[in-house]
Amino acid sequence: MNPIDLTLAQLSARLEAKELSSSEVTGACLDRIRATDQNLGAFLFVDETGAMAQAKAADERRAAGRSIGPLDGVPLALKDIFCTEGIPTTCGSKILEGFVPPYDSTHVRRLKDAGAVLLGKLNMDEFAMGSSNETSAYGPCRNPWDTTRTPGGSSGGSAAAVAARQCFGSLGTDTGGSIRQPAAFSGVTGIKPTYGRCSRYGVIAFASSLDQVGPFGRTAEDCALVLQAIAGKDPMDSTSLDAEVPDWAAGMKGASVKGMRLGVPKEYFVEGMDPDVEKAVREAMRLLEELGATLVPVELPHTEYGIATYYVVAPAECSSNLARFDGVRYGMSKREEGALREMYFRTRAEGFGPEVKRRIMIGTYALSSGYYDAFYLRAQKVRTLIKRDFDEAFRDVDAIVTPTTPDVAFELGERSEDPLRMYLADVFTLACNLAGLPGMSVPCGFSSGGLPIGLQILGKPLDEATLFRVGGAYQAATDWHTRAPRIG
Amino acid sequence: MARADWEVIVGLEVHAQLLTASKIFCGCSTRFGAEPNSQTCPVCLAMPGSLPVLNERVVEFAIRAGLGTGCTINEHSIFARKNYYYPDLPKGYQITQYDRPLCENGRLVIDTPDGEKTVGITRIHLEEDAGKNTHDPAGGPSRVDLNRAGVPLIEIVGEPDLRSSEEAAEYLKALRDVVVYLGVNDGNLEEGSFRCDANVSVRKVGETTLRNRVELKNINSFRYVRQAIDYEVGRQIGIWEEGGTVVTETRLFDPQKGVTRAMRTKEEAKDYRYFPEPDLLPLVVSEAWIEKIRGELPELPRAKAARFVSSYGLSPYDAGVLVASMQVADWFEEAVAAHGGSAKTVANWVINEILRLVKDSREGIAASKATPEKLASLLRLLDERRINAAGAKAILEEVHGTGAEPAEVMKARGLEQVSDSGAIAAAVDKVIAANPDQVEKYRAGKKNLLGFFMGQAMKELKGQGDPKAVTEAIRARLGD
Repeated sequence: MNPIDLTLAQLSARLEAKELSSSEVTGACLDRIRATDQNLGAFLFVDETGAMAQAKAADERRAAGRSIGPLDGVPLALKDIFCTEGIPTTCGSKILEGFVPPYDSTHVRRLKDAGAVLLGKLNMDEFAMGSSNETSAYGPCRNPWDTTRTPGGSSGGSAAAVAARQCFGSLGTDTGGSIRQPAAFSGVTGIKPTYGRCSRYGVIAFASSLDQVGPFGRTAEDCALVLQAIAGKDPMDSTSLDAEVPDWAAGMKGASVKGMRLGVPKEYFVEGMDPDVEKAVREAMRLLEELGATLVPVELPHTEYGIATYYVVAPAECSSNLARFDGVRYGMSKREEGALREMYFRTRAEGFGPEVKRRIMIGTYALSSGYYDAFYLRAQKVRTLIKRDFDEAFRDVDAIVTPTTPDVAFELGERSEDPLRMYLADVFTLACNLAGLPGMSVPCGFSSGGLPIGLQILGKPLDEATLFRVGGAYQAATDWHTRAPRIG
Repeated sequence: MARADWEVIVGLEVHAQLLTASKIFCGCSTRFGAEPNSQTCPVCLAMPGSLPVLNERVVEFAIRAGLGTGCTINEHSIFARKNYYYPDLPKGYQITQYDRPLCENGRLVIDTPDGEKTVGITRIHLEEDAGKNTHDPAGGPSRVDLNRAGVPLIEIVGEPDLRSSEEAAEYLKALRDVVVYLGVNDGNLEEGSFRCDANVSVRKVGETTLRNRVELKNINSFRYVRQAIDYEVGRQIGIWEEGGTVVTETRLFDPQKGVTRAMRTKEEAKDYRYFPEPDLLPLVVSEAWIEKIRGELPELPRAKAARFVSSYGLSPYDAGVLVASMQVADWFEEAVAAHGGSAKTVANWVINEILRLVKDSREGIAASKATPEKLASLLRLLDERRINAAGAKAILEEVHGTGAEPAEVMKARGLEQVSDSGAIAAAVDKVIAANPDQVEKYRAGKKNLLGFFMGQAMKELKGQGDPKAVTEAIRARLGD
């Protein structure tokens, strides 16, 4: 068996038993990347030398009996939104071409402290703005199940790399669905934890009040192991929560949904959704019922306002967050001609792609004097209503189950000229960000065309443990997550 | 122009750098004058992915400033982003407070020719300073120094209660005294750690609504505040009287020419697109913390001056001179305590001698090696008539320079007064014997010759005679 087919948890056990070395496994991942990434485009930067050195160090620790924990020696990869000291970080944008951060994000530091081997940086939509990875300035990432299709976005590279067995887990970020939607499209597991569960320090900001870091893995358990290493209060991020981080992987061992009440919101089964998706998700719900859960209809009446609300709040914050890319201190700087204004105009005109510009303009407009109350302020009020819907629903249920997306992975180019249709790809995922809740996507079947389908599980604030239990119990009873795409 | 018909309306906005050791949102040093960009980190350089974390000490200082100016401290306030592009503003927005500032509704009492006046303070809010751009006059590239980026500021917004440039300068001085006393700011206008913008308008006496106002920038001395406002008032009255309309705009004061020049008009004013800063939680300060800070506030200059008048019997003028610096006021009180005698005498010596000796030094009264205890010892020698005033001044100069004990300087320099009646009588006898003509004239009524005999006797005594004893001896000897 090729070691790359192991789950992270299995690999961890093999490393611990010294049946495999990190150097062997890391070498296998690098081979796999070399063999497949030409077609896939998941990686923007592969740090072969660094990864092999980290693997060697992990092996030496283990040989000396000083192994650090379950991630010691495990090859992982990072969405290119995480600042990595000494390693190029582009955020999928031309404006950061050649930018080498002087510091590590909190997550990178924590993964290094846990002994993980960091293989490189993964493709993404530019500044995490997109749902298909097509807005990347470095070319799209492709879906390992069908390379004519999108792996989803914005963390497309993070999902595709795990699906294609290039790494054992990865980090992404999720502002409106950017972990769960690509997890669903690429047939892997991904979790966006509660807002504030992970630090945002060192993550290039898109929309500060919505951005949240989370892992991709082949299984819910793999995600738990990675999230364990990066979660928890960070003194560098005032919005990170000072809440106890439970041992999620231990909590899901032999987990059962018996006695759990799972909410099913009718608003998440909409007209026009792919019948294969609805069928697979209904089937998954029926299975959860068989496993002992009770399905409870719940109402989330403000769901229909989610997209409108999101597309005011997120662009407003992004218009301000992206102001720092001005050509003065780092990244692209077009200062050959003219004075200050010309430098700003040319740098930003040439550095940003059309989707980023579109959102900066929407956001600037929404914050402008005279429009602020009608857009930004009103969106914040609706956001409160959406949050209240969930509070209400969670009085009665332990978690909510929905389809992750209304469709399966669409073809590259199919929606890239139609922003509104593109935005609909996040219709089921973004309310979770607006409400700050944890949400997970697990594979729950395939379309007639052989494309993966995801089941979304939404939880109460800080109750990732329930998501892991539901995901773990479901994966113990199904084998969707074990299937691998044939590529390369 | 008929200025008496016009009323001047001025409100000042003051930016004061807080004297914390580190910046408002990161741990970088706030020290002034370091190598450009040497006091920076990913946060104050606005590296992608960096986030602000509020320095608690900054909040404490701002609360102190609020309490010192009678403000209400809002237990719940929020930070906002003020969005605009400039190379010295690395994030492309300034983190400030907008809708809900930390402090509101304060006041400051100032002296005017018509007596005390209370000037309202609208609000005091927290914000970060920007960096500094330097431009090459020869047209080479401009440079950006971000050492100052993220230095904590409070903006103190005053009500438009000031009615003349003198009142504005008085308010600015009083405000500076308060923040310096509170230990939150160094009060340095020239280095820009205490900066002022003035909102100026005029209206006909009796009018109840405000006319268009102009914001004046770049006023970095007390003199310039008066100059800039006076110029601007004259300019505005001129425009109105000629039938024109004053344009609402921002104008820059040019201290070389003493004029104001248009910077930008309101029509082209920027839209800052304020919105709540999502990277920071709302600022919550507890009542207990506010009360703790209140309990630690020092006595402020006006209260101190009033106490100096009432408990030491000083003139309001002298009290004002002493409290102009908290250091001097404390020094004075220590000297009074050490001396135990007349506080007025101590005040005179501090004001006329000590402050004269240190007037050119940057450290102020701390520059003198004369301590309050040493001044007290010196004044005791004077009280005991062991030295005279001239001797005391000479001794003080030496004590100031060397820190020696006054009694030792007195002995070493032979400045001790002769008050021994035998020695004085002998000297007086000698003088009278040597000047029979003058003695005759004196006795005949020319009493102003007393000074002559005094001089001669003091000469005999090598200038160290106790003047009072010598005078008495001469009078007695001449039969007065």
